[in-house]
Amino acid sequence: MTDHDLHALSGAYALDALDDDERARFEAHLADCAGCREEVASLGEAAALLGTEPVEPPAAVRDAVLSGIRSIRPLPPITSEPAAEPVDDLAARRTRRSLVQRIAGTPLIAAAAVVLLLAVGTAWLRPWTEDPTPPPATAVEQVLRAADATRVDKEFPDGSRATVVLSRSLGGAVIQTEDMAPAPQGKVYELWLQRPDGAMVPAGLMPDDPDAELRLEGDATHAKAVGITIEPDGGSELPTTTPIAVLDLAT
Amino acid sequence: MDPVTGNAAGAPHQGAPAGAVPDLGALLKRSARGDEAAFAELYDATAARAHGLVLRVVRDRAQAEEVTQEVFLEVWRQSGRYDADRGSALAWLMTIAHRKAVDRVRSAEAATRRDVTYEETNRSVAHDETAEAAHASLEARRVRAALAHLTDVQREAIELAYFGGYTHTEVAALLDLPVGTAKTRIRDGLIRLRDSIGVGR
Ligand SMILES: [Zn+2]
Repeated sequence: MTDHDLHALSGAYALDALDDDERARFEAHLADCAGCREEVASLGEAAALLGTEPVEPPAAVRDAVLSGIRSIRPLPPITSEPAAEPVDDLAARRTRRSLVQRIAGTPLIAAAAVVLLLAVGTAWLRPWTEDPTPPPATAVEQVLRAADATRVDKEFPDGSRATVVLSRSLGGAVIQTEDMAPAPQGKVYELWLQRPDGAMVPAGLMPDDPDAELRLEGDATHAKAVGITIEPDGGSELPTTTPIAVLDLAT
Repeated sequence: MDPVTGNAAGAPHQGAPAGAVPDLGALLKRSARGDEAAFAELYDATAARAHGLVLRVVRDRAQAEEVTQEVFLEVWRQSGRYDADRGSALAWLMTIAHRKAVDRVRSAEAATRRDVTYEETNRSVAHDETAEAAHASLEARRVRAALAHLTDVQREAIELAYFGGYTHTEVAALLDLPVGTAKTRIRDGLIRLRDSIGVGR
């Protein structure tokens, strides 16, 4: 895609009308194109006014929000220019970490490029109303709400986290990340389910969304761990890089 | 619809123009320092507006309420990241609301493709024209006037993308436009809208 084509996506981006792939490319472009940054901001102002009839949410929403925030620490302001560090350098540093370290579950991520921040809410994992007729659950919700759902949090030294929710009865796993830096240009985050014999099975690609939540593809009934690697666009059949994170499901 | 709630707490009346709401940027700043009262004020000033948008996109009332809850938890968490130099607090908040709503409809859609059926709820909100849905405030009149400057295709493309949660490629298919032209209609329309409302830079 040429730069010219990318500029033309500013309006669709401002309306969230790009697919995941285009969004990733456009966001990479945004980092380098002040014109598009400016345009997206101003078109976002216009879009915000398109808003529709205001509708007061029920008081239960307000209660849930105001009690929910008590367990959430607001992120600190960004104090320096973001994400200027070259990714190759980070990749190199990651590779220098020993395998033993990784397996031992010590911090896998020091790199700002791959910050997995606290997946906000345990509150999100539970239906917060006693509505007797809940809406049909999405594939994600089915896992989140499963009676045997278990959570695995990964906390990193900088306070960031990724969360995997697993329901063995459904054979499903959901991953939630927040504020995840975009994958390097031309690359994608790929998810893996690790079989009991250690083999890594492709489980889908992360959308290029800092606040991702998705159900992993494949059967997680016997999965031992969930891994994330950086792969060329389109993903790989087998991991070609060392995982940037492994969440152990065994515990 | 639900009984209207929250007005007892001093929430602004529905349809209050942006100028009548408190300084949202200042409330965000205080929220970032952990000031729950400031955040409650922010919620009261913006919840109806955000929820209106979320409901319009998500359509299912129960799901929309979940999304609105997620939106405000996210707003709280991200409050320190709001940068007044890059736009208004309202636009920032509405961007978060819209993104979450679109994520919800798209993930629901993806789930539908896997699960056999997805019970279509009848709770869809009125699918009327943007201009009609706009409330009778000064701001709404400005928006309505600005929308009148758009071509039909520009307006339809924007509405399908923004309220329908469709990608520009899907919008092109829905409007029988050649692939790749919906994004141009959307962009041209938004620029025209921006310039006639007089927002942004
Ligand atoms: Zn550009």
